[in-house]
Amino acid sequence: MSAQVAPAKGSGASEAAAEEEARKRRNRAQKSDRTRAESRLGWYLAGPAFVVMLAVTAYPIAQAIFDSLFRFRLSAPDERAFIGLTNYVVVLSDVVFWRVLGVTLLITVVAVAVEVVLGFALALVMHRAITQLRGLLRTAILVPYGIITVVSAFAWFYAFDISSGFVNTWFAWVPGVDENLNWFANMGTSLFVIIASEIWKTTPFISLLLLAGLAQVPTELEEAAEVDGATWWQRLNRVVIPNMKAAIMVAVLFRALDAFRIFDNVFIMTGGANNTEVLSLLAYRTSIARLEIGLGSAISVLLFVCVILICFIAIKLFKVDLAGARGEK
Amino acid sequence: MRRRRWMAGGMAAAAVLTMAACGADDGPPTLTWYINPDDGGQAAIARSCTEDAGGEYRIEISLLPRDASEQRQQLARRLAARDASIDLMSLDPPFIPEFVEGEFLAEVPDDVAERVSEDVVAGALAGATWNDRLVAVPFWANTQLLWYRTSVAEAAGLDMEQPVTWDQLIQAAQDQDVLLGVQGTRAESLTVWINALVESAGGHVVENPEAEAADVTLGLDSDAGREAARIMSEIGAQGLAGAGLPTADESASLSLFQGDRGSFMVNWPFVWTATGAAVEAGTLDTELLDDIGWAVYPQVTEGQESRPPYGGINLGIGAYSRHVDLAYAAAECIVSPENQAEYFTTNGNPPSSISAYDDPAVQEAFPMADVIRQSLEQAAPRPQTPYYNEVSTGLQGTWHPPSAVDPDSTPAQSSEFITAVLRGERLL
Repeated sequence: MSAQVAPAKGSGASEAAAEEEARKRRNRAQKSDRTRAESRLGWYLAGPAFVVMLAVTAYPIAQAIFDSLFRFRLSAPDERAFIGLTNYVVVLSDVVFWRVLGVTLLITVVAVAVEVVLGFALALVMHRAITQLRGLLRTAILVPYGIITVVSAFAWFYAFDISSGFVNTWFAWVPGVDENLNWFANMGTSLFVIIASEIWKTTPFISLLLLAGLAQVPTELEEAAEVDGATWWQRLNRVVIPNMKAAIMVAVLFRALDAFRIFDNVFIMTGGANNTEVLSLLAYRTSIARLEIGLGSAISVLLFVCVILICFIAIKLFKVDLAGARGEK
Repeated sequence: MRRRRWMAGGMAAAAVLTMAACGADDGPPTLTWYINPDDGGQAAIARSCTEDAGGEYRIEISLLPRDASEQRQQLARRLAARDASIDLMSLDPPFIPEFVEGEFLAEVPDDVAERVSEDVVAGALAGATWNDRLVAVPFWANTQLLWYRTSVAEAAGLDMEQPVTWDQLIQAAQDQDVLLGVQGTRAESLTVWINALVESAGGHVVENPEAEAADVTLGLDSDAGREAARIMSEIGAQGLAGAGLPTADESASLSLFQGDRGSFMVNWPFVWTATGAAVEAGTLDTELLDDIGWAVYPQVTEGQESRPPYGGINLGIGAYSRHVDLAYAAAECIVSPENQAEYFTTNGNPPSSISAYDDPAVQEAFPMADVIRQSLEQAAPRPQTPYYNEVSTGLQGTWHPPSAVDPDSTPAQSSEFITAVLRGERLL
């Protein structure tokens, strides 16, 4: 697109220079025909998806921002009134919002940190596994990711539930665990189960992304390091990890965005009891349960702003290169 | 004015849609009945009423979520979008005022109102009434009883023919190292318990349920509220309901009651059919069934009649239904005393009709039928306000877990919190 050149205005340049300039321009014009066709094709191919994205993403976001400026209760539509930023003031000045934001961040940080370490180990195992086992191993590791979150949340809930669960009996030898431990009656133990379930469920996702990164590290580099006498740890630390930094950062970013919007596990296991409420649940309870569309939209918009902030921090501060992770560089 | 314009618009839209529907379908009009999940009883009633209608209408059922608050969410969202497919709804009584204020329900014609409020237990009639008008058709009425293990009551020296108090139950549990069955999970069942305690102590959770959101006054910061908090905190703090209390719903209390340390339990009558079924299936001993007794809900203050919880289902007719008249005809068929008696014996849900309790089949299947009827006459509904969801969720947030309830501070704090939420100053 940028190949289009503005017509040259009269100049005092020499004829030769003008000739040269004209040749360049012809060249560029030729190129620009092809690029333009390509870019047009690109738009044709991506256009429908782009329109659909606008319809299902941009429109609801715009609607939510609009709704968040009103006092609007679904069961009293006649009383709808424009109140400017009052909803945001109510949300941001309430300690509940900040507590919920804190819990959400805690879950995100802990879950993603553990998942990266575990996921990296699993990726290494999958990467190094002998060819015959590789398919089986990858399938086995992927199973939790294939389970619907609601189902896995119920499975974990019933496993730890005080009346129907088996965990208290099986792990009675662990200090602190006995038949009277009600996991979902305290904040700490509830969060432990919620985070553990989250980790179990989504580590495969991270390990898949990391496996793609591992596959990009040239084997020659590793071999060269080995010949030079580097230990396994040195090879991992100095050769493998630096070469897949882009893949790691993308995996962390994707998972962080995902974990920040956690809903199912908390909804099913505690319903937000014992201060385990997260942002998505707060937005859900306000818009859907209380039917307060205005206030709920304000929370949703703030959730959206948080997600953008995470993206911004990752891309600008940590220089996550989305193209690099796909091997386009 | 606004209401009239709304209705005119709705009627015009309904007329257009009806014409379209007539062109497409030649059979009798189909009424859709949104039901709460049960053991198939409502589906059976729908079939029999379709037969009785002789081709005038056909009732089809559509299943709502299991949880009462999720049923409300689905219906409210659909009705706010003027869903014309909702003809009949099985509604949990606490949510009815909100539906009326949102103009989600078609008005009950005077002649229908007169017919369906005859022969109805007091609690159920109150639950179907808003601003002194009948706004829904009473269907079945639920109430909690005090269920006890005869062996434990005897050992405690309690005369169960006479009303007992919460303090006596607490004493018995302490003395015999047994566990009380109450619902302490952060859900609607916790509100049910709090409301019954406050009402039994002579107070009300909401003093002026008909007020606008900003003017609602709570009655928790009172002697009744503090007394309710004292009972709850004693049971919670002393572990008298076991470690499972903060997550105990009705089914969890039932398992506790059926277990070795079971003693007294407040719960709905489904526990009788459920225990009977478990004994029949061989998972529980027959001895257990013989050991179970029942009485009216415990008193908070000795000598002052208790106000047991009231629940159940009333039928609402959708404001945007294309066949309001037929829907009311169908509702009258559904709530006939015969259908209610049949529903009780097959599904364990007690009738709101007084005469249904005299049905011999009912008396045989439920030896406690008379106690249930008495309990329904005494019962107090949960606060009937259009803002019930805020009040209930606010109570659940501040009175949970029961062990953390402090009689000196919890009632006042929860009042303050709920009032702020209703004024739009706090998040819930």
